[in-house]
Amino acid sequence: MATVPAELKYSKSHEWVKLEGDVAVIGITDHAQAELGDITYLDLPEPGRMVQVDGLFGEVESVKAVSELFSPVSGEVVETNTEIAHATELVNEDPYGKGWLIKVRLSKTEELAALLDAADYEKFADEGGH
Amino acid sequence: METNLRRTPLFAAHQKRNARMVDYAGWEMPVLYTGILEEARAVRNHVGIFDISHMGRIQVAGEGATAMLQLLTSNDVAGLKPSEAQYSLLTNLNGGIIDDIIVYRAGAEDYLVVINASNTAKDLAWIAPYTPPSVRVEDDTLRTAMIAVQGPEAPALVARLANQAALLELGRFQYAIGEIAGAPATFCRTGYTGEDGFEVIVPAANAESVWDVLSSGGATACGLGARDALRIEAGYPLYGHEIDETTSPVEAGLMWAVKLDKANFIGRDRITIIKSEPARIRLVGLVTQERIQPRQGYTIYVGNEPVGEVTSGIFSPAKGVSIAMGYVAARYAKTGTMVEIAIRDRRATATVVPKKNLLA
Repeated sequence: MATVPAELKYSKSHEWVKLEGDVAVIGITDHAQAELGDITYLDLPEPGRMVQVDGLFGEVESVKAVSELFSPVSGEVVETNTEIAHATELVNEDPYGKGWLIKVRLSKTEELAALLDAADYEKFADEGGH
Repeated sequence: METNLRRTPLFAAHQKRNARMVDYAGWEMPVLYTGILEEARAVRNHVGIFDISHMGRIQVAGEGATAMLQLLTSNDVAGLKPSEAQYSLLTNLNGGIIDDIIVYRAGAEDYLVVINASNTAKDLAWIAPYTPPSVRVEDDTLRTAMIAVQGPEAPALVARLANQAALLELGRFQYAIGEIAGAPATFCRTGYTGEDGFEVIVPAANAESVWDVLSSGGATACGLGARDALRIEAGYPLYGHEIDETTSPVEAGLMWAVKLDKANFIGRDRITIIKSEPARIRLVGLVTQERIQPRQGYTIYVGNEPVGEVTSGIFSPAKGVSIAMGYVAARYAKTGTMVEIAIRDRRATATVVPKKNLLA
């Protein structure tokens, strides 16, 4: 069973958000990494780039497929996880920890209200939501 | 999952191990059990087992079988002694490849031909008009199971479980009859991974018990995902990727399996002409220094000039970088040539290598 930490918020495109002040830490969920299988490549935005809610911000590639990443919030990328570029397996092994992807300084905090809580996301993912 | 897919005798064994199943050539097959990279590395370093029961197994026997296979296949069947097998091609009149196959010779007029699952119906239809009344062509696929045991530890494992040390003496493409887990078995020193090992044919009813003893003996269950990664690393073609009815064995680098000086075979004249002409394109290996994966159909460039197309690509589990095979214009096929592969909105630099040296 995929883990879904209770303290995080989730998008229907299988990203998670953890709030640290006005900065959102963003990654992909355990469900998403399990579906993808071994992740081998990540294309992530450089710090300074603006991302839009539901906008494309990068891609994640596994041996099997390429998948696009959509931002759960709008704002400026303030940090990109550079540790995972050559250790992509960290996204599989620790998707909510060492496998985080980017940090975004929120420009519209009200967007958070539209995200799913853990219980709703778990239900969504279990129903085969894509 | 659709329910009209065919299932191998090992389907229940895959389900018990929580394999992820996919539709492959009309069969419901395991793509992975725990992870493609982990499974591929188990084969390179130890031993893995693959269910390849979906591959077509066709018995061709009776007076005239040898002459029939000489006409239909590109390699020289007459060069086979009983208990030997050979890689070969079914070619059409244009020299295109209908399928790549393995021909096992059991006797003077007695053969087993192993063909691609995706081509089974097509091959049987192609063979039918060339079959004299004295030759029996029988699709044996459903009566048996086929398990590939591959990796540096594979020969010792199989010889021990079969209690048949003589298996270790078999050369590549030689086979022997024996027994494993109480089942009558054919052990052939073949594979599709670039590692040593056997492909084992057993009755369908015994498939699961054979799988279980191999697994208990230390072999890692591997899916089609690992099989594809390993065969790309080894530079082996896959039908529908590197070869099809529009590619000739000349450009695919498969002339070692074509004997132009044997008795006539379908496609020989055309292949002889293609071989005598200057090469237009060549199948090459491509090694990148990146993790982004080239995939089938991606364009290969030199500067702004499109010079070829990727046929297969993978993040190499052994090398930790992406590798590929592809056709390039002959003038760019030289080892060491630098090319670029367009991968979505990016370009990945790659070096041309012989496809047998992708892991070198």
